[in-house]
Amino acid sequence: METKTKISGAEAFIRSLLHEGVDTIFGYPGGAIMPVFDALYDFDKHVNHILTRHEQGATHAAQGYARVSGKVGVCLVTSGPAATNAITGIGDAMMDSTPMVVITGQVGAALLGSDAFQEIDVVGITQPITKWAYQIRKAEDIAWAVARAFYIARSGRPGPVVLDFAKNAQFEKIDFDYKPCTFIRSYIPIPEVNTDQIVAAAALINQAKKPFALVGQGVILANAEQELKAFLEKGNIPAAWTLLGSSAMSTDFTLNKGFLGMHGNVGPNLKTNECDVLIAIGMRFDDRVTGDLSRYAKQAKIIHLDIDISEINKNVKVDAPVLGTAKETLAALTEKINTASHSDWIESFKEYEEREFEKVIQKEIHPTTAEITMGEVIRKVSEATNNEAILVTDVGQNQMMAARYFNYTKTRSMVTSGGLGTMGFGIPAAMGAKIGAPERTVCMFAGDGGFQMTIQELGTIMQEQIGVKMIILNNHFLGMVRQWQEMFFEERYSFTKMQNPDFIAIAKAYRIEGTEVSARENLDAAIADMLKDDKPYLLVVNVEMKGMVFPMIPTGASVSDILLG
Amino acid sequence: MEKTLYTLTVFSENSVGLLGQITIIFTRRGINIETLSVSPSAIKGIHKFTITIYSTLDVVTKVVQQIDKRVDILKAYFNTDDELIFQEIALYKIATDKLLAKGSIEDLIRKYHIRIMEMNENFVVFQKAGHYEETQQLFSELSETIGVLQFIRSGRVAITKSKVERLTDMLEGIQTKYGKK
Ligand SMILES: Cc1ncc(C[n+]2csc(CCOP(=O)(O)OP(=O)(O)O)c2C)c(N)n1
Repeated sequence: METKTKISGAEAFIRSLLHEGVDTIFGYPGGAIMPVFDALYDFDKHVNHILTRHEQGATHAAQGYARVSGKVGVCLVTSGPAATNAITGIGDAMMDSTPMVVITGQVGAALLGSDAFQEIDVVGITQPITKWAYQIRKAEDIAWAVARAFYIARSGRPGPVVLDFAKNAQFEKIDFDYKPCTFIRSYIPIPEVNTDQIVAAAALINQAKKPFALVGQGVILANAEQELKAFLEKGNIPAAWTLLGSSAMSTDFTLNKGFLGMHGNVGPNLKTNECDVLIAIGMRFDDRVTGDLSRYAKQAKIIHLDIDISEINKNVKVDAPVLGTAKETLAALTEKINTASHSDWIESFKEYEEREFEKVIQKEIHPTTAEITMGEVIRKVSEATNNEAILVTDVGQNQMMAARYFNYTKTRSMVTSGGLGTMGFGIPAAMGAKIGAPERTVCMFAGDGGFQMTIQELGTIMQEQIGVKMIILNNHFLGMVRQWQEMFFEERYSFTKMQNPDFIAIAKAYRIEGTEVSARENLDAAIADMLKDDKPYLLVVNVEMKGMVFPMIPTGASVSDILLG
Repeated sequence: MEKTLYTLTVFSENSVGLLGQITIIFTRRGINIETLSVSPSAIKGIHKFTITIYSTLDVVTKVVQQIDKRVDILKAYFNTDDELIFQEIALYKIATDKLLAKGSIEDLIRKYHIRIMEMNENFVVFQKAGHYEETQQLFSELSETIGVLQFIRSGRVAITKSKVERLTDMLEGIQTKYGKK
């Protein structure tokens, strides 16, 4: 799309975004980005701009959008405080490998470095938490920088890119000529699949009596869900998932043995220290998954499939690395592995499933106490959507409980802040998820604490009529911290008790429908009411105040030392 | 664990903020940079960083991979001293009268292969190239005998002994394999 007459940098910028297929932007205007917003005014047929209520909200919304759609999330904000407000979402996207391009306005190039009004060193601040951060100082750079930004954000292991856009470059007139970026000589996003590595890994798997697979987000990012299933089925390999690997396998898939890590299922954690070959697929051995590394899977040969070579041997010493996209490497491995049954091994998970059900799950989803538990609300909501909804969580007990008790039939159905653990993620991420997958039901669970960290986004939901279903699991505490205080700090509840507002009244002020439930007999009807249409809804459920998330592997303990209560 | 002095060689595009991108990776792990030298490489537009750090093999391996992963970095690798020919350069400023008072300086100059860069009535500047221990030894001797007014030592520059893949070949390889045009 070449232009005959010169156009402004701001317009060139919008046209560049259109070339990259951008149809949705989450943003917030201000002085240093006004020319771009002005240009946007003429493109409202092409681009849906969502005005959030805070730049952090814009970033999390872009994340939610990207995570469910696989597309690059885009944020447009001004300089200075807007850029610093965006930092949390940028860092979150970096930790969780979410493709995102954040454009920040910047003072004119002539003023750079002079402490001009709302000038802040955005590139300097964001370089450590982005895949790439670049300052556009002249209009000629725009097409090149945008093309490169999108290529970097979405290719290889995805991540956030920041473009810091100096105001003079937004005004300058240029000839516009857009060429997408397909190659950067210093950047090889996808390592070539190495047949020797495939052969070596297949040999280990073929000798294994007790193979065990760990499924991470890499499977979802590579769209490798089918390849994963074929691989696991051919080798009859039981598998478990990390928090971000949730929904890569449907819940009822027979080889799906559950959730790994600190609040994961008993079987998968214990079996990590019993298997003979551990096959990690697109996951990064986070400390919340491994517990004490010196007591982690020491008995096993370890195969690690990843796209990022710097993840190999980072935390766990690997016997057989397999580099490439999970889609390619899983397909290649499946060809080379023998069909096997491993029936005794698979059967051996059952005992732990039963023990966990009896000691933990039963009480959580079918409680006999008067008070409502988080687990029962989550399971009921999941079932009321036929386990077809997208789950978005905030952070804390609500997040771990949701990860444990929400069920999936479709991939890309779980959006949560894993690596950074950002409270306040829930509401805006749910907005983005709903916009990214409008035909699906989006259910967002938050604690009373996290909900209030980005509560202003109710304004966005009202204005855009974003049909998210929000559920506050209200325990009147910063629950997860309270749980640690109970377990490790002698019940000294230092500043974790919360006096809360009337959430329903707040929702009402934003013209959002809602119900509050305190008694179990009203829960089903309230959930049905919430799901009756595609409009935004707030359901507040007052749950037990001192609920605990179990099982638990305390920090520093081994996965074998998982506590049941 | 025993720490070794490793020399990291990093080739990068000459873009703004690269040094920051590299140093932040050391900062995160609390690693001090011992020496640093940066200059244009033999290939136009590509810069070469030579960095020395004390580290374990495990950590230096991870750090180099994390540097290599940055988009603007072409290649990063590391070596131990026995795999390298390396050199630092040092300058020493000495008061002329004190130096002359010592009498003959021929022995000193021969012993240390000193080059004299400047000599005037006020001061003399010696230059010595060598390994750290060698430039340090001269510094110690001068400090004890005559006194040193100013002293500066460069970062390390190094060349590998082994036959490694040349950067130009590597770039061509990448271009043909991954570059569409
Ligand atoms: C921005 C931010 N601040 C602080 C924390 C630490 N933190 C982790 S969980 C938690 C408690 C969350 O309480 P609430 O939102 O009520 O959820 P609950 O655990 O009760 O489900 C806190 C304070 C965090 N993760 N993020």
